[in-house]
Amino acid sequence: MTASASLVSPTHDSVRGRSLWQDSWARLRRNRAAVAGMVILSLIIVVCIAGPWFLLWQPDAQDLKLKAVPPGTTSLVPGTSITATHWLGTDSLGRDLLVRTLKGGRVSLMVGLIATLVALFIGVSYGATAGYVGGRTDAFMMRLVDILYALPFMIFVILLTATLGEFVEQRFGNSIYVVFAAIGAVEWLTMSRIVRAQVQSLVRQEFVEAARSLGLPSWKIIARHILPNVLGPVIVYATLTVPAVMLLEAGLSFLGLGVQPPGTSWGTLINDGAKNIETSWWMLTFPALFFSATLFCLNFAGDGLRDALDVRTAKD
Amino acid sequence: MLRFIASRLLQSAAVLLAVFTMTFFMIRLAPGDPFASEKSMNPDVKKELERQYGLNESLSVQYWKALSSYGRGDFGLSMKNQGMRNGKIIRDSFPVSLIVGAAALVVALAIGLPAGIIAAVKRNTWLDVGPMSLAMIGICLPTFVMGPILIAFFGLKWRLLNVAGWFEPTDWILPAATMGLSYAAYISRLARGGMLEVLSQDYIRTARAKGVPGWLIIIRHTLRNGLLPVAAFLGPALAGITTGSFIIEKIYNLPGLGQHFVSAVFNRDYTLILATTVLYAALLVAMNLVADIIVAWMNPRVRLSS
Amino acid sequence: MRRFLVALLAGWLTLLFSACSGESINATEGARRKILLVNNKDDPRWLDLHRTNSVVENNIMLALHEGLVVEGATNERDPDPGIAASWQSNPQKSVWSFQLRPDARWSDGNPITPDDFIWSWQRLLNPKLAAEYSGMLFIVKNGREIFEGKLPPDQLGAKKTGPHSLEITLTGPTPHFPQVLCHSIWCPLARHCLEKYGDPLSALNPWTDDGKMITSGPFRLKTYLFRRYLEVEKNPHYWDAATVKLDGIRFYPITSEQTEDRLFRRGQLHITYNVPLDKAPTYLHDHPDVIVNDPNLAVRFYRVNTKRKPFDDARVRRALGLAIDRQSLVDNVLRENQRPAFGVVPPMDGYDEVKGFSFDIAEAQRLLAEAGFPNGQGWPSNVKLHIADSERAIQVAEAMQAMWQKNLGIRIPIRMEDYNSYLSSQQHMDYDISDAGWNADYYDPATFIDMWLTDGGNNRTGWSNPAFDKLLEESGQCTDAASRLATLRKAEALLLSEAPVLPYYYYTRTRMIHPAVVGWTKRLLDDRMWKYFDLRYPPPPSSMDGELRRE
Repeated sequence: MTASASLVSPTHDSVRGRSLWQDSWARLRRNRAAVAGMVILSLIIVVCIAGPWFLLWQPDAQDLKLKAVPPGTTSLVPGTSITATHWLGTDSLGRDLLVRTLKGGRVSLMVGLIATLVALFIGVSYGATAGYVGGRTDAFMMRLVDILYALPFMIFVILLTATLGEFVEQRFGNSIYVVFAAIGAVEWLTMSRIVRAQVQSLVRQEFVEAARSLGLPSWKIIARHILPNVLGPVIVYATLTVPAVMLLEAGLSFLGLGVQPPGTSWGTLINDGAKNIETSWWMLTFPALFFSATLFCLNFAGDGLRDALDVRTAKD
Repeated sequence: MLRFIASRLLQSAAVLLAVFTMTFFMIRLAPGDPFASEKSMNPDVKKELERQYGLNESLSVQYWKALSSYGRGDFGLSMKNQGMRNGKIIRDSFPVSLIVGAAALVVALAIGLPAGIIAAVKRNTWLDVGPMSLAMIGICLPTFVMGPILIAFFGLKWRLLNVAGWFEPTDWILPAATMGLSYAAYISRLARGGMLEVLSQDYIRTARAKGVPGWLIIIRHTLRNGLLPVAAFLGPALAGITTGSFIIEKIYNLPGLGQHFVSAVFNRDYTLILATTVLYAALLVAMNLVADIIVAWMNPRVRLSS
Repeated sequence: MRRFLVALLAGWLTLLFSACSGESINATEGARRKILLVNNKDDPRWLDLHRTNSVVENNIMLALHEGLVVEGATNERDPDPGIAASWQSNPQKSVWSFQLRPDARWSDGNPITPDDFIWSWQRLLNPKLAAEYSGMLFIVKNGREIFEGKLPPDQLGAKKTGPHSLEITLTGPTPHFPQVLCHSIWCPLARHCLEKYGDPLSALNPWTDDGKMITSGPFRLKTYLFRRYLEVEKNPHYWDAATVKLDGIRFYPITSEQTEDRLFRRGQLHITYNVPLDKAPTYLHDHPDVIVNDPNLAVRFYRVNTKRKPFDDARVRRALGLAIDRQSLVDNVLRENQRPAFGVVPPMDGYDEVKGFSFDIAEAQRLLAEAGFPNGQGWPSNVKLHIADSERAIQVAEAMQAMWQKNLGIRIPIRMEDYNSYLSSQQHMDYDISDAGWNADYYDPATFIDMWLTDGGNNRTGWSNPAFDKLLEESGQCTDAASRLATLRKAEALLLSEAPVLPYYYYTRTRMIHPAVVGWTKRLLDDRMWKYFDLRYPPPPSSMDGELRRE
């Protein structure tokens, strides 16, 4: 238990901490897959945010004469005399698929980000607290999670949209935030279970006992000594949360509870594409490519991050 | 152990009661009603219908009536399915979802666990990258894309299996594969992550240093701890797997339970929503209990707290 | 451990074999055994005729029941004799007498009598039954009063005038009464069957179970497996059993258009309910012999809430209606040969379309400017187009939004809700513009026009015009069909000029029909006369044989 024991030296906290982060950062930079993943991911994010401004096509501009045309078709931009190319083809209302995919990416990335943040902050701290404290508090906290799990999610969303939808839309300009909130409200549940299971296996380990005997406050033990040891599963599950919520958003959207048309998201585009797969392959392929590229990058980045933060593996 | 289970059962009862109560009031707050239709309904007709289903009474009276009928094991009358008892709807459809779900679970574990374990052990080799890339593809292909693809090949192109329906003893295969593959992807990623965590622990290194053969180490020392995240994930996931999936049942036109979770909500079938939700909650607390026991068994450091 | 796993597997297998119920029949096998395989989209909510209210239920009811008269075999507007062999009316068309066939029998062989009809109608009007379609019988004298509990059931204007004859007194002249009578809700129910199994009014009366149900139509219920299928078989006691060629019909509850399409191509269905949106144009082009694409007596429209600004101004409503390019919508978005709708009544025999709208951007812009929104300036941003979560509705709304933006310079956001919330908003008039559709109940323009009466239950726009109400009242007094239709046309023109409703297309129904199916006819009401259907074995060749013949 040398590695663990060395972590518990309160006197050198600040010095050690910084060098630990620096170490990690250096390790992360050496991991090519992770760096490539992060670079591509940032690129996707930047393109989704900035891309639509540089494209001549408007996401809602329809050209019914050019519906469902294959990638590479060139045509006149409606309302102007400029010609431009539909690099990814058009959808069934003749809208440019590239600009819609980028615009949809904003919604999907946003959902993924919010849900992951909620899962990370609420899920991890909730699960860690329950696992560390144990006993009745743990039982109560976990039963609360069970209740939230079991409540019918769709009714929750319908209720939320009905009561807050109008207000949120006037206040923030789009009712999609209600769905973000709803997804965030349930996405931390599994995370908290996973973290709790891990923490339970850690609390009885020697280094935690040692920290406790040194009189460190509980929150410090959790933050300093337990959380770093559950980071692996946390990062893996966080990267799994992202696709799950992006698809959940799509599921809600085609039940009439998510993005309002003509707005879109990757999930909605993939669903539309899946329906048109036999007539227009590009409608599924390109949004799905963006979606999977994001997930692949997230995973490489996540794995790299995990390795970089893992003191023990690095010593091998 | 027995004390632990007894106390958990008591807690479960409290959970069920809470879910029952919250669901009951939540659905009444949602806009819409079970008798809504495109054509307007004569107000007298509507009043009479509401009387027949007891909706004319005050909410608290309705609540107590529903609660006591659940106490008797009667899940009430569905409001959307012609004089059918919710108990019968669940009895008819649950086995279908259970069959598909059990098979899907086997698929998920049979593919997901070995893939994840091998990937972790043979880290950064093609045995890691290959299966993990496949898993990623599995995650990226949602069931509403995977299902039609499987059908296009096995059903329409090669004509090996039925494209939809629930008649022949082979009709579970495609739905179970669709469902299982998506869970397999998750399980393999979780298993790999958990295993990596354990493989770097000192006691494994000690064992290795002592010259214990690699595979023996894995089986004897790492599996229990390494698969903790999988076990924690499977608890709630099992309740979802066995109660069916709306999308899969729609694609394959299965008479399973999953569709009722969604259609009951969209029909505002108050009593059926309540019945399915309570069933799901019961399964969930049961599965979580099992998962917690398995976690404790897998890792003796975890103490079951009562 | 091993024993445990074996036990689990055994349990699973037992479950598997007990849960697979019903028998799978493919289209070829079905053709050989003369069992028609039809997708019916969903399970019926009720099998009790009087409680039914949907197309899904009606399709099954038309196989199980038969009324006094039925839609004509070739011309649906010209009723054929059903259980009544003949009928006459008085010159005012307000009293009708029917002569029943002496050989008319229930599916258990008992005779069908005039009393059965009267009992059934009294049941339908019983307020305790809470039947949605009871309103159809309000045209019978005292029907409404009985439903409201003001008169006893025996006061109904229907009486037995002989062992096989029946006389119905209506509230006023109704020259189109035989057409109204074609609706399945008028079919008789077997009193002896309902009373055998308990209270005839109870929703829990099990008389509709397979093995118990007794009906009057060409088929009778054989098996009903919830969420699997409902099968009817030929009724040997039916008076016209010689005409019925099928031995049975199976109705499947397949909700997904993609799934039914795959089942059809795999040779598992004879008739689909729909065709997936993106495939209809391809199929219409490549497989014209396998697809049917029939006009339908139904209209799609937007309701406009006349109680909300700026739609309290008829000019604004008209402007929106005039700025829609219906032809482009039909050609580019809907693509199933729907017809652009310029009025609320679909074209039908004897009633040409009233073209209350046109595609006239200049006039639309002029009206909008007059109402205070020149080029869309000052248009309120909170006005929304309200739709339900259907693929078609979304695409249409997106196209509509673009048209209004382009032609009028106004931006109308879309508000999509789940179906039930959407219905509830519409009912409570919590909307600005709301998508809706209307199917004809019977072959007559009135079914599309009288819903817009002041405070009519289906009006839901807040629109009211005494002149319109008066025209409809006048039409109800006409004993002559031609002058009645002329009055109705005037009423429709008035309605469209004030535009509380913006019609945009008349439906078509597109389906895949297996080459083995014989007897499909174009019917505007889309009521299937199942008794005339047949199946050919072996199925003749078709353009889809590449897929269908491989079975």
